[in-house]
Amino acid sequence: MRRFALCAGYMGALYAFILLPVGVLVLFSFQDGRLPIPPFRGPTLRWHEAVLTDRRLMAALWNSAVVAAGSSAVATLLGFLAARGLATGRLAGAAAIRAALLAPLSVSYLVIGLGLLASLNLAGLGLSLWTVAIGHSVINLPLCFAICAAAMGPAVVQAERAARDLGAGEGRVMALVTAPMILPALAAAFLLSMTFSWDEFIIAFLLSRFEVTLPVEIWSLLRGGLNPKTNAVGSLVFLASALVVLAAELALLRRKG
Amino acid sequence: MIAARALTRRFGAQVALDAVSLTVAAGEYCVLLGPSGCGKTTLLNILGGFLDPTSGVLEIAGKPMTGVPAARRPTTTVFQDYALFPHMTVAANVAFGLRMRGWPRARRTARAAEMLALVGLEGAGGKRPADLSGGQKQRVALARALAVDPQVCLLDEPLGALDLGLRRAMQAELRAIQRRVGATFVHVTHDQDEAMAIADRLVVMNRGRIEDEGPPERVYRRPATRFAAAFLGETNAIPARVAGGRLATPLGDFGPAGGAEGARLVALIRPEHLRPDPDGPIRGRLREAVFQGQTRRVTVEAGGIALVARLPVAAPLAETVTLAFDPADIHCLPEEP
Repeated sequence: MRRFALCAGYMGALYAFILLPVGVLVLFSFQDGRLPIPPFRGPTLRWHEAVLTDRRLMAALWNSAVVAAGSSAVATLLGFLAARGLATGRLAGAAAIRAALLAPLSVSYLVIGLGLLASLNLAGLGLSLWTVAIGHSVINLPLCFAICAAAMGPAVVQAERAARDLGAGEGRVMALVTAPMILPALAAAFLLSMTFSWDEFIIAFLLSRFEVTLPVEIWSLLRGGLNPKTNAVGSLVFLASALVVLAAELALLRRKG
Repeated sequence: MIAARALTRRFGAQVALDAVSLTVAAGEYCVLLGPSGCGKTTLLNILGGFLDPTSGVLEIAGKPMTGVPAARRPTTTVFQDYALFPHMTVAANVAFGLRMRGWPRARRTARAAEMLALVGLEGAGGKRPADLSGGQKQRVALARALAVDPQVCLLDEPLGALDLGLRRAMQAELRAIQRRVGATFVHVTHDQDEAMAIADRLVVMNRGRIEDEGPPERVYRRPATRFAAAFLGETNAIPARVAGGRLATPLGDFGPAGGAEGARLVALIRPEHLRPDPDGPIRGRLREAVFQGQTRRVTVEAGGIALVARLPVAAPLAETVTLAFDPADIHCLPEEP
């Protein structure tokens, strides 16, 4: 009994540690006052209303959604192709290619962002949402590659051989056999990329100019001082992320069950 | 149907296939038999187009196969682990090759049902591969490979994952199905009983080379090498010498012999060809007797050689055993270094 209490207490403390900041953030988005600090004064929805009627914030939210969906689709596609190439073909230097694909995981986003900024300048490309999407594809590709590579087991490789043996060209092997067989992994890779892109600040900040994503817009909002409105928009961002992660888990669990 | 000339395949320094030449006639059931690592699967993969030979020429149905990918060969493969598509129904699995060949849906469905009936799985088309037993998956894999009416069907240890009873039943069925569809079958196995039961042409392989090939009975009774003899079943190898036109062995005179005078040979005799006979020429001491149901396997020491014989269970056993044989059952090979 004492052991149970100890475990329960430990678990409670752990979750409190993780969730308390989010809880406080959400709570003070309902603050009826000018500052999101204690004491809590009665609930109000006016800050949420202010967020939803702020055209700049709503534009940034839409930009974030488009960048997240687009960059995740590209990262998932490239990760899938890379994983397939390494699993099926007896490629020379496969280990080196694998290492190069995973390398961005070990580099900080700041360095990747600065590197991309320098490269884009060299290439003469102006900053826009497109460049943000390129940056997010770069940081999410290693994750998508790793998830797809883990799903490309011997059963998939053997089924691909069978499809080829029965006359399927590479395009149809991928579309009719490989992709359906690792669909849960593709869905998980896509949805996780979405959440990373959705939350990402530093690369979006460095690679955007006039049109910005939501985290960058929130940043400029914060520079105007603390305000329950920032809490309200933060809660909305958190809600969206949580929904996408839930979708990813459901996609994986349904296949397993 | 298949003509392979001097096929060689190296993996780094290792030679998996060493200048193998093989011809298989149309409609023949050819079995490649050998221990693991003998090159039989490498040869099958080269036939199927999954592996390129390092050197050598391969023709299938009269056309050179160099650079022709698996998808465009007149061959299909039944894989060892079946390699069914888990996300498709059984019928969609069987019809996959037809879909790739652009058959309309109605014709595909009809053909898939026909192929499932051929392998004894009528009405199973709506199931998923995960709902089938190992033997049923095996049948689906066969139906899928045969649905496109290939000229050559390649089978990679197709019965390897089945238990013994099912295996023996499937052997007979495979044979019957091959007769009905008339395609050339090339079947890889390491089970010599399976190989002898199915094959029109038996190819015994070892260390990347063909040791012997021919009708199973010929290969069993008159093997070309010691390896082929031993791999097909237990055998007694007795050192012998040609003396005065007769075969001299430590066990006595084994009858007339061909070959050069003084040549060193090995006389092979299968255990089931030794029979108990009080007047027999071989006299030895009983070392071991093991009851095996239909026969009794006895080890007899004679002339410093341990002989194995399969005797009728009813034959009386004594300290001293005398055995006889029919000289026609003796097969001589040159002594190997």
